[in-house]
Amino acid sequence: MSTEHHAEHPTGLSRWLFTTNHKDIGTLYLVFAFTMAIIGGLMSLVIRSELWQPGLQLVQPQFFNQMTTVHALVMIFGFAMPAFVGLANWMVPIMIGAPDMALPRMNNWSFWILPFAATLLILGLFMPGGGPAGGWTLYPPLSMQGGMGTDFTLLSIHMLGMSSILGSINIIATILNMRAPGMTLMKMPMFAWTWLITAFLLIAAMPVLAGAITMLITDRHFGTHFFDAAGGGDPVLFQHVFWFFGHPEVYILVLPAFGVFSQIIPTFARKPLFGYASMVYATASIALLSFIVWAHHMYTVGMPMAGELFFMYATMLIAVPTGVKIFNWVSTMWRGSMTFETPMLWSIGGVFTFAIGGFSGLMLAITPADFQYQDTYFVVAHFHYVIFGATIYGLFAAIYYWLPKWTGHMYNETLGKWHFWLTTIGFNLTFFPQHFLGLAGMPRRIPDYALQFTEFNQWSTIGAFFTISAQLIFFYIAIRAMKGGAKAADKVWEGADGLEWTLSSPPPYHSFAVAPKIK
Amino acid sequence: MSKKLIKEFPGIVSRLILGVGLCLAAPAVFAEYALNFQKPVTPVAHRILELHNMILLICVIIFVIVFGVMFYSIFAHRKSRGYKPATFHDNATLEVVWTVIPFLILVSMAIPSTATLLEMSDTSKSDLTIKITGYQWKWKYDYPDQDVSFFSTLATPRDQVENKAAKGEHYLLEVDNPIVVPVGKKVRFLVTANDVIHSWWVPQLGVKKDAIPGFINEFWTRADEVGTFRGQCAELCGKDHGFMPIVVNAVSPEDFTKWVAVQKGKAAAESAGSTKTWSKDELMEKGKKAYAATCAACHGPEGKGIPGVFPALEGSKIATGPVEEHIKTVLHGRASGKFGAQMPSFAAQLSDADAAAIITFERNALGNKTGDVVQPSQVKDLRK
Amino acid sequence: MGDDTHDEKPQPRNLGARNRRLAMKLAGVTLVMFAFGYALSPMYDVMCKAFGINGKTGRTDAQAVAAQPVDMARTVTVEFTGLATSGLPWEFKPLTKKLELHPGETHEVKYLVRNLAQEEITGQAIPSVTPGESAPHFKKIECFCFTRQTLKPGETREMPVRFVVDAGLDTDVQTITLSYSFFNIDKASAQKYGGTSLAQAGEHAEHHDHVHPAPGG
Repeated sequence: MSTEHHAEHPTGLSRWLFTTNHKDIGTLYLVFAFTMAIIGGLMSLVIRSELWQPGLQLVQPQFFNQMTTVHALVMIFGFAMPAFVGLANWMVPIMIGAPDMALPRMNNWSFWILPFAATLLILGLFMPGGGPAGGWTLYPPLSMQGGMGTDFTLLSIHMLGMSSILGSINIIATILNMRAPGMTLMKMPMFAWTWLITAFLLIAAMPVLAGAITMLITDRHFGTHFFDAAGGGDPVLFQHVFWFFGHPEVYILVLPAFGVFSQIIPTFARKPLFGYASMVYATASIALLSFIVWAHHMYTVGMPMAGELFFMYATMLIAVPTGVKIFNWVSTMWRGSMTFETPMLWSIGGVFTFAIGGFSGLMLAITPADFQYQDTYFVVAHFHYVIFGATIYGLFAAIYYWLPKWTGHMYNETLGKWHFWLTTIGFNLTFFPQHFLGLAGMPRRIPDYALQFTEFNQWSTIGAFFTISAQLIFFYIAIRAMKGGAKAADKVWEGADGLEWTLSSPPPYHSFAVAPKIK
Repeated sequence: MSKKLIKEFPGIVSRLILGVGLCLAAPAVFAEYALNFQKPVTPVAHRILELHNMILLICVIIFVIVFGVMFYSIFAHRKSRGYKPATFHDNATLEVVWTVIPFLILVSMAIPSTATLLEMSDTSKSDLTIKITGYQWKWKYDYPDQDVSFFSTLATPRDQVENKAAKGEHYLLEVDNPIVVPVGKKVRFLVTANDVIHSWWVPQLGVKKDAIPGFINEFWTRADEVGTFRGQCAELCGKDHGFMPIVVNAVSPEDFTKWVAVQKGKAAAESAGSTKTWSKDELMEKGKKAYAATCAACHGPEGKGIPGVFPALEGSKIATGPVEEHIKTVLHGRASGKFGAQMPSFAAQLSDADAAAIITFERNALGNKTGDVVQPSQVKDLRK
Repeated sequence: MGDDTHDEKPQPRNLGARNRRLAMKLAGVTLVMFAFGYALSPMYDVMCKAFGINGKTGRTDAQAVAAQPVDMARTVTVEFTGLATSGLPWEFKPLTKKLELHPGETHEVKYLVRNLAQEEITGQAIPSVTPGESAPHFKKIECFCFTRQTLKPGETREMPVRFVVDAGLDTDVQTITLSYSFFNIDKASAQKYGGTSLAQAGEHAEHHDHVHPAPGG
């Protein structure tokens, strides 16, 4: 992107390979993430095509299981997380008035681990015996049965985890050490706040996953029996360790999106964020609670009553801070002077769809009811409403919000709205019927189903193709805006507030070399 | 911002409202679609349905109120209508209110949930015990007090799965040997697994419990009406996870007693079958059925296997080589260097007569013509 | 790690060092959490024994049992069941299916095991008790579990379990089930007989004590 003012930095391939510039690295992250999104999206089309009607048509069950497994891993570790790390790289330094990330060279490493890890993950599919087919949750003993593809996957997850840990350390160091003078923590933009909390979640949760993965690898190849009943181990232990990571992971994916909503809604309501302090506290409480609710993924494994009750109550509690956030967003809109440009549409849409996922999450927290929901399409619907409905909506909101800042060009607003509406229709068409499928008794992760589930599966398949096709508009818009278009003002949005809007559009390659003054 | 936007706005709002309306109206419009739980037939399943309906209702009410406020605001507080922004950005009272009220609502949900959970976990004073064992990819049921024990596998023919035949009414939800329980009796289930984690789920009974290798779990149910209730394995357990259904026949206690007697008779007939000498035609006919139920899932209905995953039987060394080796392979399984999967042991699942019939069938069909006839007694000899 | 190479200078001079220090601390947190992931394994074991999660049973010895009062007023049913998993071509079943007893009494039951294969095979049994809350009160004095059992071709063996259900058992519990799963401990052999995943117990079973020091029986 912007090169004209500062010609001293390298160009061409070596610029991208060796860059330590937070904006370049942010761009790399985003490009990588969307490449993975295309791969993961195509996998979801394989899944939905096979599920178009009962019977096996396109793929064999084993390959179907590989698709569901790798789709999840690619989307979570390859798309959602890197995309938000990319946003953090681009935006956190310029939102807090820092010249760059705290540890620029490490920043380069943490990105360049990713393409190798992703290659390994995809290569796994082509190994003899195929890729991992035990679900992204990798539950043993099933994950013990996989071939070399599973080992590739485990190694790849290790690398992806390493990358995000390095990225998080960098983000924490940047936020704690590099803020411009006068920018106290409680003056920080919400996006920086949510990322600070997310980064702490990451360095606390990710290593636990690394531990679980390592134990799986040694169980597979080095004769340990952590999870192997035959050797006195316990397969349920893996589920505990995995979900100790897995539940915070959900908030790792969703909190930065909340930060994005908290930036964008005030901008387009032309009114300051309602309850800034309570937003910070709510985010922190969600993060803390996320560490004591993990076993709500495991109600059916046969826990003692005390455990089932504890995890039910703790999980229900999360609804309180989550509710506070939604109430605050609505109050921010209340009596504002609203306009509805594309970023605002994605934010409102995101709050709306996230709320549906939040409510189904509350339902899933209720242990007795969960016995009916567990491992059905109700769960599939729930987490897509959360991960797609909040995380991906937040990502698109952020991209439309800051794209003019990054490229210096306005994107096409009409097309942006089309992208939003088509995606929203497609997304709801895909996932809303899945609630009903789950309630009516369709298990998840099956390649073929009983006849009574046909109609809703067809809605869902049509919705999936519709949603993915709609993303072509996005790629067109983004590439158009990178190439040219109407010049964007420095302060792109009338109601925008924050340091990023004091820089030129696009910002200079090295911004805030001199720390800005904070009012 | 732009004039165009302003013009577009009412359209957007009306679309949103239409969307919400559609979601709410869905139950009325699509009456023929299953939108909620299957009809509950046990006390616990009833309680769960009531709980689910109550929580869903509370969630929908809160959702409508909160987003009603939001959409009102979107409609009324627009720049295009000349609305001037207020400047408030904090209200401690409000924050406390919307922390406390949701908390109280949660407490009101937690109370009935806890009660239901306590009821579900009380396995005491049962009338009958059944042990469930999950296998890749079938279920085994043991009635220890009745001395009845059998495997239950998918009964849907491969041809239906592969779209070569029309699909039946209970496609993928039918088994060869359903589990039978007496109506009105409290049945205590013990559940474990042989290989990987499975999960035994029958929605109408309101039960789901993981079957975990090396560990035993328990749960109970009491079917209050006669009927056939269908479920599936709910925990991903490998290739044929989608093909290991559960069928529960709830029958009157008298019919249950009769059924137990018949099962015992069958077991006696099976052991008699292993001493009798069968004709080739008898074996081939029995073998064709047993092959379809037991072997076709991996080796294919025509014995062609799946290249690189499951070996073909057509012209295979085992199916055309020495008979003894073939019998041992079926009984005890076989590890293969070439294929990802191993042949499991079928010693526990197949009777002598079934195994003999399958082996005879495999050696004289599926493109093989060895002419060998394998008698159940030969299988019996190689078991030990 | 990298200092900022192209920073002009307006930030405090020691910023690079501060960043590195903080990064090292955070890396320390990461390592601690990695270790915590591992620590969950023994912690979980402790929790399991305390609360009977997954039916992990306790052990006791004869003296301790003798000191125990017998609660003649209560009767508890104990059921026995067993499973020889697919990788192990053995017949395995309890010789007593069900027993009524008073808490505090010592009883002995036998399981029958027969090697159906034509070669010597070594297996290992894992116990599990349900309901979970009864597990801490189900104490084995003698048990064949967690020790390797080697059977010659066709060999039959009767294996005893001596146990006591202590009087502390929750009065709501009327039926306890003891279940054993028998696994082939040799990976190659298990695969040969059709076991797949659980064959991992194999070659290195001797490490098992490191991982789970005496998990119960």
